[in-house]
Amino acid sequence: MNAWLELGITLVVILVVVLVSALVTIYVELKAGSHMQARIGPYYAGGRWGWAQPLADGAKFLQKEDLAPAKADGPVYRLAPYVVMMSAIGMFAVIPAGPDLVGVDLDLGVYFVLAISALATLGVLMAGWSSANKYSLIGGLRAAAQLIAYEIPLILAVVAVVIQAETMSLNGIVEAQMATLFTLGGMDIALPFILTGQIVGFGIFLVAAVAELSRIPFDMPIAESELTMGYLTEYSGIRFTMFFLGEYASIVGFSAVAATLFLGGYGAPFLPESLANIAGPFVLLAKVAVLVFVIIWIRFTWPRLREDQLQSLAWRWLIPIALVNVGVVATFKVVF
Amino acid sequence: MSRGIKFAIPGLLKGMGLTLRTMLKKAPVTMYPDVKEIPVPRARGVISLDAEACTACMLCARECPDWCIYIEGHKVEKAPSKPGGRVRTENILDRFDIDYGLCMYCGICVDVCPFDALFWSPEYEYSEMKIADLLHDQERLGEWLTTVPEPPALES
Repeated sequence: MNAWLELGITLVVILVVVLVSALVTIYVELKAGSHMQARIGPYYAGGRWGWAQPLADGAKFLQKEDLAPAKADGPVYRLAPYVVMMSAIGMFAVIPAGPDLVGVDLDLGVYFVLAISALATLGVLMAGWSSANKYSLIGGLRAAAQLIAYEIPLILAVVAVVIQAETMSLNGIVEAQMATLFTLGGMDIALPFILTGQIVGFGIFLVAAVAELSRIPFDMPIAESELTMGYLTEYSGIRFTMFFLGEYASIVGFSAVAATLFLGGYGAPFLPESLANIAGPFVLLAKVAVLVFVIIWIRFTWPRLREDQLQSLAWRWLIPIALVNVGVVATFKVVF
Repeated sequence: MSRGIKFAIPGLLKGMGLTLRTMLKKAPVTMYPDVKEIPVPRARGVISLDAEACTACMLCARECPDWCIYIEGHKVEKAPSKPGGRVRTENILDRFDIDYGLCMYCGICVDVCPFDALFWSPEYEYSEMKIADLLHDQERLGEWLTTVPEPPALES
């Protein structure tokens, strides 16, 4: 096939997946959150169950005037939402939804995903710094401090997975989880990494990912009661929409990464090899849906941490536990 | 902090259970425009006026904390009931308006009325597109009187 055509198809598919998954996540958050608070949430938009509410919200945002404060650093201020959105889209490019269904099958897929996801914080910092607003500035700097603290346990948790899988390719990690571990009654049993010694790593990864996404209970950068809307304070219209969509696409992206690294990705037990390309996306989708729901569930249950508690949790608990985890996994790998 | 984390985890899990159970339960919501909510009988929805009983004594207007009651009246002389008797005066009510844009539903006017001319009604559907339309005149206040529930029986 023509390389340009292939690139175009890949781009369109990834963009559609990013936008649709972000909108679906927004809708699920509206509905599930409402029911958790004994409400029913959107009800009339779109005729039934308020399914069109995210679209209506988006259409409303797009009509708003695109404002920039007079003292803002114009180019940086205008570029920041693109950086956040790009980081969210970039994550989807390397996540495998099947043995052949992957945008780019990089040998350093894990490295690329972690690097591109950390770029979102650069966009947040740009937004906070260029807005010429003290709330934005404090929000942006808090986001940067949070990234520095939580990127370390996140990467250490992934390091343990990489050691166990002996590869940094996301496809390779999924295949390592589909490899036969032992044979029981004539059946080949393969287990995802969460059941073969990575349960601690999975917990650390999830906590750190929620912090990376600056979701409640780690939403210090946009703490409404303290910072109005943090780095988003001055944004309106399409740029706010891009931040918003980027945030929700990142939730799906991080969930997909967690599903790939710890829950077996597109592989499912007793799924024949020949069906992996057809059923793979749905298996991955089911795993991602569970993780996205857990992140939404956490948001509507737990209160926000204080800034010092947030730092204390990362530096005094998650990083030492993650280091011990890496050590234990490496020891087992060498011994057995 | 270590104490904090150890004691926090059971509570955090309990909270997760609570939100999940709430989500699976039916939300206690009345779909308002389709299904009317029935307020309790003695709810303070709107104040109604029995113009027959009102003597335009102005007590309610003077006690109203935010001055939302407007009363105008005039006096007429009544012929003596017996020949040679004294001429009586009577207060005639010309205007009795309550501005629900100002009213704070304290009910002092209802309590203070010495002639039982003001009553609480549980009706609540009188929102308007213009704030000026929230000024209910004597006639409109009289219409609310039909919605006033029976008062509770007197205790002996």
